[in-house]
Amino acid sequence: MTANRLYGPLADVSGDAGYAEHPQRVGFFTDTSVCIGCKACEVACKEWNALPEPDGDVLTLTGMSYDNTGALGSNSWRHVAFIEQPVPANGHAGELITQQPVDADGATRWLMASDVCKHCTHAACLDVCPTGALVRTEFGTVIVQPDVCNGCAYCVSACPFGVIDRREDDGRAWKCTMCYDRLRGGLEPACAKACPTDSIQFGPLDELRAVAQSRLEELHAGGETQARLYLDDPDDGIGGGGAFFLLLDEPEVYGLPPDPVVTTRDLPRMWQWAGAAAVVLAAGVAVAFSGRRDTA
Amino acid sequence: MSEQPQVPPAEFQSYYGKPILKVSRWREPHLPAYLFLGELSGALAVVGAAADATGRRSLARVARVTAALGAYAGGAFLTAELGRPERFLNMLRVAKPTSPMSMGSWILASHSGLASAAAASEVTGLLPGLGALAGAGSAVTGPLLAAYPGVLFGNTAVPAWHEAHREITMLFAGGAMTAAGAAGLAASAVSPDRRDFDAAWKLAMIGAAVESAAGYGLETRPGKSGEPYRTGNSGRVLAAARYLTLSGGVAALAARRSRTAAAVSAALLTGGGICAKVAVLRAGKASAADPAYVVASQRPAEEPDPAMAAPA
Repeated sequence: MTANRLYGPLADVSGDAGYAEHPQRVGFFTDTSVCIGCKACEVACKEWNALPEPDGDVLTLTGMSYDNTGALGSNSWRHVAFIEQPVPANGHAGELITQQPVDADGATRWLMASDVCKHCTHAACLDVCPTGALVRTEFGTVIVQPDVCNGCAYCVSACPFGVIDRREDDGRAWKCTMCYDRLRGGLEPACAKACPTDSIQFGPLDELRAVAQSRLEELHAGGETQARLYLDDPDDGIGGGGAFFLLLDEPEVYGLPPDPVVTTRDLPRMWQWAGAAAVVLAAGVAVAFSGRRDTA
Repeated sequence: MSEQPQVPPAEFQSYYGKPILKVSRWREPHLPAYLFLGELSGALAVVGAAADATGRRSLARVARVTAALGAYAGGAFLTAELGRPERFLNMLRVAKPTSPMSMGSWILASHSGLASAAAASEVTGLLPGLGALAGAGSAVTGPLLAAYPGVLFGNTAVPAWHEAHREITMLFAGGAMTAAGAAGLAASAVSPDRRDFDAAWKLAMIGAAVESAAGYGLETRPGKSGEPYRTGNSGRVLAAARYLTLSGGVAALAARRSRTAAAVSAALLTGGGICAKVAVLRAGKASAADPAYVVASQRPAEEPDPAMAAPA
């Protein structure tokens, strides 16, 4: 096993997965500072991928601002979060962000962010899949093969972002494919195509990282000091995301884990521990049988 | 390691209190039943080989037959757990060390084959040499079958499972001995000659000690990630498991003289083992459902987790 198969920076994910020749790794950069909450990404995704309606009543209102999707799931592969946030009287001076909807008295700001599968460099869902249904594509993305998945649901508990889920009426796990069919045809994913503000940008990951860095500097210069990039760093716990984000507050405010780590990082030590437990079991039986056979 | 709050409650933020993780789709009774039957079969395979080697013929017979039945019944529950049970054989499509479920499927498949060959030879008296060989093989696959589910739970993003993988693995290894001991105790309660079963009640007591110690370790796990093991429904079920297992272990002391004590002990230990599996499943669901657990486990203020150190 070569270095960094389980954890750490990995320069060539597709090559590591066995593709001798492959296109550049592509991804999403979601700049939430320009998201207007139109949900065109959600609609375009559902249309293109022919997603069934979510479990339950589609007309239910959640009471979570304009978010009636709730979360990513087996039938929602883009999810726009809406956060109505009080702004301290003397805080939040960023000129660039004040273009976002703000109450007349300036006491509330609205954060909106389109979430999606992160297509992790070290993807726990892919690592734990026992059937090989989850695979790395030549584009460096992660997809489920519906003709192979047997619905064991291990990926559901392995994903540190709560992205992938099982459709209970169908029995299989589903998630964003980054529109693998469109990528194969030379098209950009439906959500990025539909986004009217370029909040969702699609392209080669290296280029997106450079774009994101300059946008971050622009925001910082404009006084938006809370702006930060999320999952852009190949040294983070998942080796960097194939989809990464520019956020205006802590990740957990958006329902994202603050510092996710691929669970498989710790797997070698877990196997060692299981080996020790197996020895304990065998030793326990040996001790139980060690005395003379009862003759009473 | 001193216990201290990892995230001051005032600073905890979330998205409308919604979970960050997806709550496991694994169900009751399927998963706990599989775990219990798998570890029962695994430990009984070792017991069968040991009983065979030490001339405890009646115990060897009971152990081998029950080991084979347990493996198949466990496999049936595991298959029923799938969203697409008819695709069960896709589990053997690849062999992936990064997937404990893949490794577990291969272990279960090998173990079922070996255990049933040993049992078939035991029952029919045919090919005793090959039967003993298969029995010895199942004594190798058995402990693996009993121990790997600790890695199955550990290799997830769920804080209560990932961070407590050592305790869970030991809980299952102890539970395997307890379950096998209980099976021997139950057989000894109805067997005309009980002398072969001395090892069963000793094993039950050893198992009860290991399982209780591991359960205690889970309940007293420092920090936020251990909370579901001592609070709420999962905490109550784990506490019940510990009372059942401990009292079953004590009852096993009297099993040598009393058939009633043997039967009571077997029932208590079996109940304790099943409760422990249910508690671990429910604790993981509680851990995934509350974003506070995920945030607490990932904030830099948290101390390094001793569970992630290599085993001594």
